[in-house]
Amino acid sequence: MTDSIGQTLIALGDPTRREVFELVAARPRAVGELAAELPVSRPAVSQHLRVLKEAGLVTDEAVGARRVYQLHPEGVAELRDYLDGFWNRSLRAFKAAAEADDKEER
Amino acid sequence: MSTDTSTAVRSEIMVEAPIERAFAVFTEEMQTWWNPDHHLIETAEMIVEPRVGGNIVDRGPDGSECRWSRVLAYEPPTLFVFSWDINTRWELEPDPDKTSEVAVTFTAEAPDRTQVVLEHRHLDRHGEGWEGMRDAVGSGWSDLAGLKDAIEGRPPFPG
Repeated sequence: MTDSIGQTLIALGDPTRREVFELVAARPRAVGELAAELPVSRPAVSQHLRVLKEAGLVTDEAVGARRVYQLHPEGVAELRDYLDGFWNRSLRAFKAAAEADDKEER
Repeated sequence: MSTDTSTAVRSEIMVEAPIERAFAVFTEEMQTWWNPDHHLIETAEMIVEPRVGGNIVDRGPDGSECRWSRVLAYEPPTLFVFSWDINTRWELEPDPDKTSEVAVTFTAEAPDRTQVVLEHRHLDRHGEGWEGMRDAVGSGWSDLAGLKDAIEGRPPFPG
């Protein structure tokens, strides 16, 4: 867990890679589309995507002749939990408990 | 005492429940929402002694107890303040001068809606290494707002 979070944070430490990630987060995109939207070469985009994939933040899928990248929900959830911190996570759980019907409680 | 935001962590949430229920779930039913991984001992039950000077007690399945917090204010249904008697090595801190505190205020926005604001403050009282405690209880999002928007499905770039 800690190691994978470390890898995730390192993956997002690079501003260009973060931009790639944010574009993929907005909607699934192919390498060529990303290269067209960013001031970096196609091989550079591929390299950034490889790092993001190894960090568990994106997954890829072959769509016809293209490889399309999209968010990996589990990896993103782990990152979100980590960054939200103890109290934000706790208050979300508290909200769920407070809004649950009384009869559903122990 | 003034609240220096750099030594405090703040979190708030809107709850679709009456204020009395929100206060009761936060205090009397703490174990229903407290992260089970965040106890100093194996905990079967959490008890908030409902008075100033009481404790928050984690009770183990064998009856052992960990009194890790003192109740500093108990004013149902609007205010609950408790101490954080845990040091930077995540052990019990016996010296009250080296503990931080958590203030939780409940405000009725509507009969069935309650605003809950939590402030974990005076974190610097934990002494050397206190920033680690702040980072553990607080949010890491401050420099990553664009990333947060991206993950949550909003457009990463304005316009």
